[in-house]
Amino acid sequence: MQPATNNQLQTTNNELLSFRGIEKAFFGVKVLKGVSFTVPAGGMVGLVGENGAGKSTLMNILGGDLQPDAGTITLEGSGYAPLNPQDATRRGIAFIHQELNLFPNLSIAENIFLTRFPRAGVTPFIQRGGMNRRAVDLLREVGLEIPPDRLVETLSAGERQLVEIAKALSIDARLILFDEPTTSLSERETDRLFALISRMRARGITMIYISHTLADVFRLCDDIVVLRDGEVVGSGATKTFTTEKLVSMMVGRTVSQLFPERRSLGKRGDEAEAGFATGAPLLEVNGVSQPGVLRDISFTLRRGEVLGLSGLMGAGRSELARILFGLDPRTAGEVRLNGEQLPRLSPRELIERGVAFLTENRRSEGLCLDASVGDNFTLVTLPQHGRTPLRWLAGASLKSAVERIRAVVKLDAKTSDSQPVRTLSGGNQQKVVLGKWLLRQPRVLMLDEPTRGIDVGARFEIYQLIHQLADQGAGVLVISSDMEELMGLCDRILVMCGGTLVDDLPRAQFDRERILRAALGTNQEAAP
Amino acid sequence: MTAAATTNHKPQTKNPLGWFLSEYLGLGLTVLLFLALAPFTPGLATSNNLLNILGYLLPLLIVAIGMTLVMISGGIDLSVTSIIALTSVVGAKLMTGDAGVPTIVGVLTMLALGAGLGALNGAVITLLRLPAFIVTLASMMFLSGFAIWLTQSKSIYGLPGSFLALGQRLPISLALTVVLALAAHLMLRRTVFGRWLYAIGQNATAAHISGVPVRAISTAAYAASGFCAALASVLLTARLETGSPVLGREILLDIIGATVVGGTSLFGGKGKIAWTFFGVLFLTVLDNALNLLSLSQFSITITKGAVILFAAVLDAVRSRFVVRSS
Repeated sequence: MQPATNNQLQTTNNELLSFRGIEKAFFGVKVLKGVSFTVPAGGMVGLVGENGAGKSTLMNILGGDLQPDAGTITLEGSGYAPLNPQDATRRGIAFIHQELNLFPNLSIAENIFLTRFPRAGVTPFIQRGGMNRRAVDLLREVGLEIPPDRLVETLSAGERQLVEIAKALSIDARLILFDEPTTSLSERETDRLFALISRMRARGITMIYISHTLADVFRLCDDIVVLRDGEVVGSGATKTFTTEKLVSMMVGRTVSQLFPERRSLGKRGDEAEAGFATGAPLLEVNGVSQPGVLRDISFTLRRGEVLGLSGLMGAGRSELARILFGLDPRTAGEVRLNGEQLPRLSPRELIERGVAFLTENRRSEGLCLDASVGDNFTLVTLPQHGRTPLRWLAGASLKSAVERIRAVVKLDAKTSDSQPVRTLSGGNQQKVVLGKWLLRQPRVLMLDEPTRGIDVGARFEIYQLIHQLADQGAGVLVISSDMEELMGLCDRILVMCGGTLVDDLPRAQFDRERILRAALGTNQEAAP
Repeated sequence: MTAAATTNHKPQTKNPLGWFLSEYLGLGLTVLLFLALAPFTPGLATSNNLLNILGYLLPLLIVAIGMTLVMISGGIDLSVTSIIALTSVVGAKLMTGDAGVPTIVGVLTMLALGAGLGALNGAVITLLRLPAFIVTLASMMFLSGFAIWLTQSKSIYGLPGSFLALGQRLPISLALTVVLALAAHLMLRRTVFGRWLYAIGQNATAAHISGVPVRAISTAAYAASGFCAALASVLLTARLETGSPVLGREILLDIIGATVVGGTSLFGGKGKIAWTFFGVLFLTVLDNALNLLSLSQFSITITKGAVILFAAVLDAVRSRFVVRSS
């Protein structure tokens, strides 16, 4: 791989695609800071980086879903500035996404030809026979012997992916991007995919391969590009990298965030004064399992503890929290709260017992966007203000509760209580969700990505609230993809990978590389 | 949607568009319509006609109140007119003949039947997670057919005088309607139930995660709708002195139309009893005036359709203004 600025003559001869100085910011936060690299024609480039490094944004720009703020893309020697996904398709770029983009209610052939059905002349009627015959050819190329009129919903994850690839081949794609293609595949399906990838390489198709599974990247790719915080921090031929080098490149950013000081557990002043025994088991999770999601998860959350849950996307962190809060089913496992076994998990009963859960989807699951700030704050605790037989609301106590919690979460003073939450900034919205739960005075608080999309100032305030709550004897479980955040905030970090708990580190042993290796599932091979 | 907790905010009184954004727009339009048509429409402003309007308005408003509760929760109830018909014939059957039950028993039975059928609607919708539209459409057809089968398509006459008074003495109907409207209003604004209903309509997932008993509350809204339909059935049956299996058949679209014209959202989370009152008033006055102008039934229906569409457009424009000005 050549740096983009190198000898022009040489690079234009064999480069298919080049990014030059791509920049992109969301709401003032730069997620891409001048990304430049080239992809040689017929080559296979691995793109690696932590969650939030900017891989997805870069790929969305390539696919026409987003437009860069600055920088240019060159495709086959000419400029390429896609305004929508159709532009990308027209130029022969295809995506195989992490979450497959097929319509389960349509047939295989219909999915492949969705945007350009072969028609009988000028009539609006689809030429089914011709379409299905072409589909059979394409399916044979990807090694699928399935009738093309089968509905996609009857296919396995691996088969669906092959259909996606057949769709890519149907547009004569010259560049195919794989985004975490193996996350939902079995081992056999993965082998089949890799065999197909080598056949496509032999046909001269260029590919970009994004994956957290570093072993696959080493096995498949000629070149590797490492992205960190929106910048290319390393690139070169695969043989010049080792796993250790790659991991340290991925994590090696300097600490730029501020965290409130965290005294280690058990050294936090007079326990008797605090009125609780720090470290007493609060939430005990034993053998929680759900096929395909979680396998035998056991851990204990203690009083006064801030427990982090680390892992890559799809490792099962959010799923674990959702199951613990009774939002998703589980097939096995028991949960104890304060030593008492919980017979049934449901949000209502858990809230009654003092468990709170801030979900990762602030807008779709946390807030009633068109309702007022006041109504959102009091949604969880509403019954406390209506204790008469008719459940008549006590206006004064509601109002004082809203005023109290506004001060606690430091909600922007310019906002009014009757303003729809929709009109608030992301940080203030999150403070409303957090305040809603804090009004309940939870004993166990589960937070899923509590600072996603929130500026540094509001983050710090949310961290402080988390510490305050823990200092008052609650247990806090924090899920975050931001490793800095977990290391700055937590007393202990659990690491998940593939639906299991793979590591457990107390604060004294926090180590970015160890956490990332555990999360990547490369613990064994990397251990000395 | 802000009640006692949030009163430190005055609505846009200084906004030049205040009158347009005001929730009293519906009432203002009704008055405007009335004043505009009165000079041309013979008999519109007579006290006889106003009483006539009121008599027609009350049962419509009662059903629309129930519909408002259901629509705030994000649902719809198409079965209300069938509940009106079924409770009408069941009540009439009970109260007539040699073994007729006392009026009070008949009325309470009608109300309980209406509430029960509504609760059944709600239970099917929430437990089986089916769309409200299809469930209440099915129960509309089923209950309507059942009412006709029960009476072999015959109307039932000979209702007791004490029952007829409920629909024919205006002060009684008026008092019943006002009490119901006030109760519904206060329940929506000032009780846990009411706040939960709005929350469910705005975001059922967030409400569930926040510990709101979503299924129970939604089901209660349908039960309330069934109850309201039954109460309207009491007034209509008494007024017509007939237990009829096709009672109220033609008013379903008026009810939904009036509720939406008032400003209650078909998508849930937004609505007020006062708004619904304005909507019912507007549609009733319009209908009455067009009738007095001796327009054909077709042109009246055409006009009402246009007006409902206009109201929907107006509401969309207004909500855009509200979002922009806040």
